[in-house]
Amino acid sequence: METAITMVLFGLLFTTALLVGRQRNLFAATMLTGIFSLVSAGLFTVMEAVDVAFTEAAVGAGVSTVLMLATLSLTEDTERRESKVSWPALIVVLLTGGALIYGTLDMPAFGDANAAVHQPLSRYYIDRAWDEIGLPNMVTSILASYRGADTFGELGVVFVAGISVILLLGHTRAAAAVAQAERDERPSVLSAERHAQVREMPVVRTVAKVMLPYIVLFAFYVQAHGDFGPGGGFQAGVILATAFILFGLVFGPKELTRLVPPQRLERIIPVGPMIYGGVGVVAMLMGGEFLAYGAFTPEHPSHGHHYGIFMVELGVGITVSAVMITIYTTFATRPRTTTPCAVLEPGEQPVPVGLAPEDVPELPEERALPAQEGMS
Amino acid sequence: MTDILHGIGAFFVVVGAVFCVIGGIGVVRLPDFYTRCHGSGLTDSAGAGALLFGLMFFADPLVAVKLFVLVAFLWISSAVSTHSLAKAAFSKGVRIENVPERDWTVPPPAPEEPPPEEPR
Repeated sequence: METAITMVLFGLLFTTALLVGRQRNLFAATMLTGIFSLVSAGLFTVMEAVDVAFTEAAVGAGVSTVLMLATLSLTEDTERRESKVSWPALIVVLLTGGALIYGTLDMPAFGDANAAVHQPLSRYYIDRAWDEIGLPNMVTSILASYRGADTFGELGVVFVAGISVILLLGHTRAAAAVAQAERDERPSVLSAERHAQVREMPVVRTVAKVMLPYIVLFAFYVQAHGDFGPGGGFQAGVILATAFILFGLVFGPKELTRLVPPQRLERIIPVGPMIYGGVGVVAMLMGGEFLAYGAFTPEHPSHGHHYGIFMVELGVGITVSAVMITIYTTFATRPRTTTPCAVLEPGEQPVPVGLAPEDVPELPEERALPAQEGMS
Repeated sequence: MTDILHGIGAFFVVVGAVFCVIGGIGVVRLPDFYTRCHGSGLTDSAGAGALLFGLMFFADPLVAVKLFVLVAFLWISSAVSTHSLAKAAFSKGVRIENVPERDWTVPPPAPEEPPPEEPR
């Protein structure tokens, strides 16, 4: 029975991947990638990797789809058709794909207990995790304690992604000036009818208002409950970010930046790695190794593990949620302009789509940022 | 007692599965966007709702409460998402099958009065 379910899910996954490849409409392709993630989440659940499924459903099917849609709102939603096939590229792709498929032949069979990753590490974790750390959810023990340095690296990836988006998109002079004008209730350069559309959604607004506190509450539950069941910092951070992104979708990104100003959010992003690394350093100062939480309470090492894992997961949750909200607001508050903001000359105004350059309101002198303060 | 509960649960699970199948057929076969919306909404609220409600009869009390919260969430969110889908399509001017095109922002013209019957 389980084999049948796995086969059906893999079939769906394969079909979805083919459809994504063939799709010219980028909006449909984005929705299909969301479905792809959801089917993968189902597949992970069948394999009893519930934590991974949880992350995949929250990140892959939820937030990343919204982020892709936010990006699409700045570009066109149809892929440009390339008329001629580049033969060298096709050959390279076929060779690489063939090599990868050939490589999978050497992989151990699915679920093989004697695979290299399971011997001897899995046995070690299964035998020792309860005695050494004492958390009901062994996945959290492995993720935050045994492989704590790996997770630190993952957090670093999220951190770098966040600051990269800010560096590339967040602080061009033009985008900052436009955001400033928006905040000051100057004539908006974002399309007025879009705000009007947003205002006309009484049902969605009411329901969103009712749902938001529960989503935030669920995020805190997932954050705190990661020791006992599926969950933890990554999932909780994404769910918390989902609440804010839902707010931004329903009430407009402008309201969201008023609720969580991007400048303040920026300062929250590095807090997570600082907490994570700080916990590791404190463990070293107390006589253990980096991220060896047992050093906190030498007479009772498993308690130290509990405290350490809690702090580390908290750091992960803070940074993940801040990065996700930052990425969304950076894309969503970006005006859709005829020239990309990045190629504007200093002092030049972005021209929104549908407006002539002379219709763009002039920014007052004191609000125009000085030229050298490009990336503060 | 357990048998009765399991029987009720199984009934609702089957009902939910049937609704899912009907909704799936509807999404494929119905003629235009709005009726397909109805199909997908049926899968979400009636299909998944009845499935989860049926599963409540098999579960521990705590899990049953969680399932109940899930059903409540699903009923709110799926109804709202179907609503906003249909509204977005309507504001973009997606055609309704077999209904003549007209400006929906103005009230429909009053139907013509039938000629009063001649008293005999």
